[in-house]
Amino acid sequence: MNWKRAGIAMCFVVPVVALFAFGLTHDPRDIPSPLPGNPAPQFALAVFAPGEAPFSRAIGDTVRLAGLRGRVVVLNFWASWCLSCRDEHVTLTEVARRYAGKPVQFVGSLYQDRTSAGTEWIARMGGQSYPSVDDPKSQTAIDYGLYGVPETYFIAPDGRIVRKITGPASAIEITRTVDSLLATIATVPVAR
Amino acid sequence: MRSALAVIVAAMLLLAPQSGSAQQPRPTESAAPRDSGLEARTAAVASELRCPVCQGLSIQDSPSDLSQSMKGVVREQLAAGRTPDEVKAYFVSKYGEWILLAPKASGFNILAYAVPFLIVLGGGVVIAVAVRRWTSGAVNDPPSPM
Repeated sequence: MNWKRAGIAMCFVVPVVALFAFGLTHDPRDIPSPLPGNPAPQFALAVFAPGEAPFSRAIGDTVRLAGLRGRVVVLNFWASWCLSCRDEHVTLTEVARRYAGKPVQFVGSLYQDRTSAGTEWIARMGGQSYPSVDDPKSQTAIDYGLYGVPETYFIAPDGRIVRKITGPASAIEITRTVDSLLATIATVPVAR
Repeated sequence: MRSALAVIVAAMLLLAPQSGSAQQPRPTESAAPRDSGLEARTAAVASELRCPVCQGLSIQDSPSDLSQSMKGVVREQLAAGRTPDEVKAYFVSKYGEWILLAPKASGFNILAYAVPFLIVLGGGVVIAVAVRRWTSGAVNDPPSPM
């Protein structure tokens, strides 16, 4: 065996195999967001879908993130043309209902869509327990570094983003994150 | 024959789906005339930002709705007096350095700039050594018997 030739061949083969191993075990669309840990970008968006009591907000009412300080905010970006949003919709609606009476606010934000299409979609899906707002120029979506829908952001009572879920969020993921944030409210009094 | 062909082409153009996807529900660009200087600066910055929903396209080249919205943000920020670096820094703060088509030449990113040169240099050395061996072998080889 020619060890010199084998060594040279390995110099080429090992980096290529390592490159393939890295590429095949990582989702190229799963790009880490710089936002978790940082203050959530402020928004003030108009409600187009009111949701159900006790979360309901009147159509045309403005949801301001600043006004939700002291509450856990679950901000979900969605669109009527997004197939994955269908899978997630029932989960989000049901999980939100479990937090009725607790300092948690779920907010849907319509992304690159018409409000009429969003309203029809919600009706077709059997309703939405929480309000949805319109983001007409996608400014809020860009402020949150959105790649596509669905994406869900969890905002702590102190206004920091603590987690981002890309793609459909599962009930377990949502519940665990919201519960851990609620626990911080229970242990640390929030300054008002 | 030519007129028949023209009719077929015209019919195909009329029946062809309009450009843009079903995910393009509302216009993000206004029809108002724009400052050409601002447009040129917008295009320059937009050419350096990656389209988040495309493969290797800048937001300047991408027709996607998100890219058009991002380009609108670039235009607004430049019009508000921000410098191109400040506008790029805004997008980096939201999407990370991934959003820059050309990563900054610092830290680990230096590899992206250095590796191609190292490969070319290494290839050159390999070729030079091989050519030297072949040529020296040809000189040293005894002449073949006729």
